[in-house]
Amino acid sequence: MTLGTLKSNLSTLLVVVLLAAGCESIPQDVLVLAPESLEQRQIQSRKYETADEKQILSACSGVLQDLGFTLDDSETKLGLIVASKTRDATDTAQVIGATALVALAAIGGTYSDALERIDGAQRMRASMVSMPGSDGNVIVRVTFQRIVWNRRGDLSRVETINDPELYQGFFDKLSKSVFLEAQEI
Amino acid sequence: MKRQFFKNKILIFSLMFFVSGCAGTASQKQLLVMDESQVKLRSIQTRAFDSTDKEMMMRTIISTLQDLNFVIQKADYELGSVTGEKFTHNTVLSMSVTVRPRGETQLLVRANAQYGLIAIEDLTPYQNFFTSLEKALFLTAQQVD
Repeated sequence: MTLGTLKSNLSTLLVVVLLAAGCESIPQDVLVLAPESLEQRQIQSRKYETADEKQILSACSGVLQDLGFTLDDSETKLGLIVASKTRDATDTAQVIGATALVALAAIGGTYSDALERIDGAQRMRASMVSMPGSDGNVIVRVTFQRIVWNRRGDLSRVETINDPELYQGFFDKLSKSVFLEAQEI
Repeated sequence: MKRQFFKNKILIFSLMFFVSGCAGTASQKQLLVMDESQVKLRSIQTRAFDSTDKEMMMRTIISTLQDLNFVIQKADYELGSVTGEKFTHNTVLSMSVTVRPRGETQLLVRANAQYGLIAIEDLTPYQNFFTSLEKALFLTAQQVD
């Protein structure tokens, strides 16, 4: 290979590297309806036999406060309440695993920062939307997501919460609250 | 020789100051950056619908975003805006949708989204969003020139 071709190959490579660095690709399917979206809608929604959407909204904000959330934003006209809370995210299983790793590393004569990389804090967000149904009822849909930081304070992961039990728990509380509010204690 | 070395040193130092001075402020230019031509981007992100019911339109946008796994963060009826966030591939996808009247019989819906640190400017994701919205509305989305 002559010096000339080597140079031209190198410059081509450089251009390719620069281009690759410049355009990180966006998955084209990010706004496609997922096959499980119907199932998720069912898990996240409940119907209440009342035409009074405002009463449901105010009961929801009460339940969110009971759960320690602070209200971030709301728009009554569109039936929206957004709330969040920041809490400890320490997981016992993770602590045990990381401690074992640190001990193993110490035996092996090295250092492991596993204990700093386990979950430390989390910010949980709840977004609740009410929608008047077709026959005088109100449909409530709630979604939860969380952001988790490790003990060092670095962002560890972001996730939507999909556990049906958590949603069921929320709606149980809301049902009780609607009943209480209807009673006007 | 010594003098030449001193000169070089000054040159290197001033270069270093110049580079470090630039580094902090150059990224501020992102504030007014538009990668695609404004007209093309607007046409990708906008559709018109034959409806004047703003409240119904906004409520349907909210439920469509929820179906797409977004968590709604903000909504303002007066402004006609809805903002949501979705966590996908361990990346935050945020999206804003605005609704405003177009003439006497139509509503104009514009969406814009960003994936991590990049603005989404491709046709396909927006096309997918409007397809879902059309289905939920039982209305046809019309391309706007």
